[in-house]
Amino acid sequence: MTGPVTPQSPGAGVPAIEIDELHKHFGALEVLKGIDFVVDPREVVCVIGPSGSGKSTLLRCVNKLEEPTSGRILIEGDDITDPDCDVDAVRRRIGMVFQSFNLFPHLDVMGNLTIAQRRVLRRSKADAIATATAMLERVGLVDKAREFPARLSGGQQQRVAIARALCMSPDMMLFDEVTSALDPELVGEVLAVMRSLAEEGMTMMVVTHEMGFARRVADRVVFMDDGVVVEEGPPAEVLGDPRHERTRRFLSQVAERDLGDPPP
Amino acid sequence: MSSPDPTGTGSAVGSTGPGHRRLTRRQRARLTRGVVYAATLLLVAWLVVSVDWGRLQEAFFQPDVFAEQFPEIVTRAARNTLIFTALSFSIALVAGLVLALLRLSSITPYRWFAIVYIELFRGMPALITVIAVGFAIPIALDARVPGIYGAGSLALGIVYSAYMAETIRAGIEAVPRGQVEAARSLGMSHTWAMTSIVIPQAFRIVIPPLTNELVALIKDTSLLFVLGTTIETIEITKFARDAVSKTFNITPLVAAAAVYLAITVPLTRLVGLLEARARKAR
Ligand SMILES: Nc1ncnc2c1ncn2[C@@H]1O[C@H](COP(=O)(O)OP(=O)(O)OP(=O)(O)O)[C@@H](O)[C@H]1O
Ligand SMILES: [Mg+2]
Repeated sequence: MTGPVTPQSPGAGVPAIEIDELHKHFGALEVLKGIDFVVDPREVVCVIGPSGSGKSTLLRCVNKLEEPTSGRILIEGDDITDPDCDVDAVRRRIGMVFQSFNLFPHLDVMGNLTIAQRRVLRRSKADAIATATAMLERVGLVDKAREFPARLSGGQQQRVAIARALCMSPDMMLFDEVTSALDPELVGEVLAVMRSLAEEGMTMMVVTHEMGFARRVADRVVFMDDGVVVEEGPPAEVLGDPRHERTRRFLSQVAERDLGDPPP
Repeated sequence: MSSPDPTGTGSAVGSTGPGHRRLTRRQRARLTRGVVYAATLLLVAWLVVSVDWGRLQEAFFQPDVFAEQFPEIVTRAARNTLIFTALSFSIALVAGLVLALLRLSSITPYRWFAIVYIELFRGMPALITVIAVGFAIPIALDARVPGIYGAGSLALGIVYSAYMAETIRAGIEAVPRGQVEAARSLGMSHTWAMTSIVIPQAFRIVIPPLTNELVALIKDTSLLFVLGTTIETIEITKFARDAVSKTFNITPLVAAAAVYLAITVPLTRLVGLLEARARKAR
């Protein structure tokens, strides 16, 4: 078994995620209007953009929680839009963390972390518990193994959700505004866990409104607006010296909101 | 009932005139309650005085007839009622879960089948279904439902599966979408997500309404007399009715009512407790 956060290196040069001309309609509403981009192994990509620009939809298409209308998505070379593709098998390689945590309320923390290992990976009970304990250590919550989710703070719940995804030894992780539902004082503990993951080389696609996190942790920032990628590049460029007027406008709005935050 | 005083000053409407006593809200409430109590007491007193207790007791409660019903009404009749209940409830629970899943299926013919089944058996009087299952199935299929409890349990199981299907479906739909998404994102198949994540949570939600249906089912076992009863399968109501015709007295039915209540009241109390606990957990 490889370490849970060490990406199994796929064939050299194969991107972790490759998105090709992706379109997504909800009825008459076109939410994604032709998205192309690539996430390389071990890369951390932050996706930013105004509300309703299609960031969540894009992320959910990547593990097929949404069915793309047209276009292709390749996960480590496997085309998940191919009807013959075993989506469950591909999803095992992709961890996802949600804004609303989505822990299983009828199971305690250990149950949350072991159920998919047992059912999906068919690990023995002892193996599953060992992996879960190791992941809880990573997120600093070993002492909460026997608590039920309802008794944890939002920050703790979200760290459990990250640990739960890591237990499946994913090759990459998707994060959808995972700190937006948290009280401000709990945001830091979750971002710290994500940052340490990034430093260990996890491939990550992060939808976020935390500009500080994007600036310091991302290898690349993608700015989306109205269903298209407006611009992308290193954080210093996109966040520090954006080329597009729309990006500039968005960043100035976010900056005003962030005025109260302590400087990095 | 008096509406709450929005001003909070406690001034009663029309009580501001010089001759009127001003009542505080509490005083007014106490006065209302006093009037209600007094009226109730009068009514009870009138009943006590005007009812012919002697004749009433003669017809409905002769202690020796009452005592005669025991212990057989418990050891035989209540036992059979509980056996019918347990068997039908098990059938209804399993069939209800399957129907609920069919009802939620993305496959249209499955959905239609479930809808037709549910509407049919919820819409018909249980008595008709019981007769249909008891007499029509043996004729149509030229086969008997096995076991002395089989036909009755199957009939009530069919009726109650229709009710339970709707209850369970509501429970499944009450589990947030994010639960399935989280399970699927961990690589679980749809089936695993349903069986290990959604259905356990749904059952927690539906335990109180299912218990209510259990109580209704216990009472509906009294319909099974239409299938013909033997001394082995006699249940509480039939037992009491037989005793009524033997003794020319209603007292056995009172005994039957007491036995039903001894079974159902603890259950309905339990539902109350469960609901209170569910409210608190939320
Ligand atoms: N299931 C759905 N059915 C219909 N419309 C949807 C659905 N999901 C999303 N949308 C619409 O698609 C658009 C993009 O939504 P999306 O959630 O991807 O935006 P977002 O960039 O993640 O926004 P936010 O920052 O608010 O999370 C919105 O207009 C939204 O109303
Ligand atoms: Mg979103």
